Amino acid sequence: MSDSTAKATSLFAYVAEFDNATDLYHAAEKVRDAGFRRWDVHTPYPVHGMDAAMGLGKSWLSAVVLVGGTTGFLFALFLQFFTQVSLYPTVVQNKPTNLFTVPAFFPVTFELTILFSGFSILFGLLIWIMLPRWNHPLFNSSLFPKSTDDGFLMVIESRDPKFKKDKTRDFLTEIGAGEIEEVSH
Amino acid sequence: MAREPLVLNNRSMGWITDRICGIVENRQPFIWWVLFVPAVALFSCLAFTLVYLVSTGVGVWGNNQPVAWGWAIVNFVFWIGIGHAGTLISAILFLTRQKWRTSVNRASEAMTLIAVMCAGIYPGFHVGRFWMVWFLAPVPNANAIWQNFKSPLLWDVFAVSTYFTISVIFWYIGLIPDLATLRDRAKKKLPKFLYGFFALGWRGGNRHWRHYEMGYLLLAALSTPLVLSVHSVVSFDFATSVVPGWHTTIFPPYFVAGAIFGGFAMVLTLMLPIRKLYGLEDLITHKHVDNMAKIILLTGTIVGYAYIMELFISYYGANKFEADAFHLRILSGPYTWAYYCMFFCNVIAPQVFWWKWCRHNLWVVFIISNFVNFGMWFERFVIIPTTLARDFLPGQWGYYEPSWVEKLMFAGTFGMFFMLFLLFIRFLPVIAVSEVKGVLPEADPHHPDWKRLREKRRQGTA
Repeated sequence: MSDSTAKATSLFAYVAEFDNATDLYHAAEKVRDAGFRRWDVHTPYPVHGMDAAMGLGKSWLSAVVLVGGTTGFLFALFLQFFTQVSLYPTVVQNKPTNLFTVPAFFPVTFELTILFSGFSILFGLLIWIMLPRWNHPLFNSSLFPKSTDDGFLMVIESRDPKFKKDKTRDFLTEIGAGEIEEVSH
Repeated sequence: MAREPLVLNNRSMGWITDRICGIVENRQPFIWWVLFVPAVALFSCLAFTLVYLVSTGVGVWGNNQPVAWGWAIVNFVFWIGIGHAGTLISAILFLTRQKWRTSVNRASEAMTLIAVMCAGIYPGFHVGRFWMVWFLAPVPNANAIWQNFKSPLLWDVFAVSTYFTISVIFWYIGLIPDLATLRDRAKKKLPKFLYGFFALGWRGGNRHWRHYEMGYLLLAALSTPLVLSVHSVVSFDFATSVVPGWHTTIFPPYFVAGAIFGGFAMVLTLMLPIRKLYGLEDLITHKHVDNMAKIILLTGTIVGYAYIMELFISYYGANKFEADAFHLRILSGPYTWAYYCMFFCNVIAPQVFWWKWCRHNLWVVFIISNFVNFGMWFERFVIIPTTLARDFLPGQWGYYEPSWVEKLMFAGTFGMFFMLFLLFIRFLPVIAVSEVKGVLPEADPHHPDWKRLREKRRQGTA
């Protein structure tokens, strides 16, 4: 069927190389303004201001971590109060084991809050950006390895509704791209 | 007056990648082996002493009544303290936007992880019956009894475990983009597979970078109170007791400042040879060394203030036992030599860093940082066995000497530390590649001068 063969070698994206961060930044603004949605820039380090240039807002990973940290906080309090006060009051040197034992329980509570927050950062981040993903069409690109070295790449995927096979290529050249590569799936 | 550049000689991003990844990709210099082999030998001494300890019993150590805590706890606090500099560089210097941290943060975080591993050996093995060390975990033990969460020793377990876990997470997340760089450069199959596996398929897209940056910021924000709390909790092991000389509220800030102090000294001890051996002088510049020397001076002075304040309060305060404890510590007890050693190494020696010449002469910096390493070990020695040897009742007074097992074990932990650090240098990027690129002047898209910089580079370096 021509469909499956077409898919096998179909175009995934255009990968365009830019000379430096400034050119990439201005080009990104133009791509954003042109209405593209399925695109990204690939850089060896996070470029300052690129989020705004791409029309992206702030990252809400912070909300995930807030939930994680609160869970840790409540879990630690529950663990300590339940085991030391409710289940079997552990009286050590006549020190109180009741609702007022909060100061003694503070260090463990603090540490578990941070521990749970740390785990939620790690797993929240990886899940959000959908990694690990060891296979991706971009790894077929010959320009791509530059993005982890000293290159500044822009990738516009073919599944974007505004993508047009050659017009997008011309558009990229117009906004300052140097070499443009066609990457297939 | 223009700011000194963080990367000298106008190096390009490609140069940075080549230089740092080159350390991993090329053969190690001969001196790597010269240091690695003895480190492995010392590490095997550690393994031997641990087996000997568990099989024979804790009696092979020199601690006994009244000095029930000897070198084991001293070394534990010593190693944990060293670890704190890594987290400070990663977290606190990040929050204070100190861009110079990017050249030293990776290696100092690795140093933190290895130091915490060396430290963790002691609480694990000092329990005697090592197979029961799981009793420390928050699960009912073999007698169905829960742990005493009100005990500072248990707070320690939580603090150090959390510290280690968060440091690993922070270090690993920072490594992901650099592992991707190594993956993309790898020519042979095994390195490509391993770097690729641990890089998790990182592609460097800005849609990922924005979440990554938020995660990094959150980790830095979490690690800051964490590093302050961990050594405070370690100090609580002593401060919450009633032993004179220990029961004082100055301990948490004193310990934290001391930890940062000792840790930075160890960072310098490691980074000065590395920058020379691997040609990283353009990345770890005199400015970096200068800044770290200033931090050592600052924290050393704080530690000196703490020593003097302890002495003053013992004199001025109403606690007779505390007054006697300090009198014994500095004048009439058996360990006064240790006190003066500590005072000289920690307070007097780093004062040379007031002079710019001293901060910029790398030999002076290296020697003084080793004085500090030495002195910080002595500080913990003065706090722990010295105080226990002379507590409330003269009838209880004793003297403590470490046994050969304790000495060999301590030397062994140094072997483990250097062995693991050398392995880190061998396999992982010793400087945070992506972060250093991010602080270059041309990394900023709004930087007005990047064209001129590039022209200068094309004319000059070519």
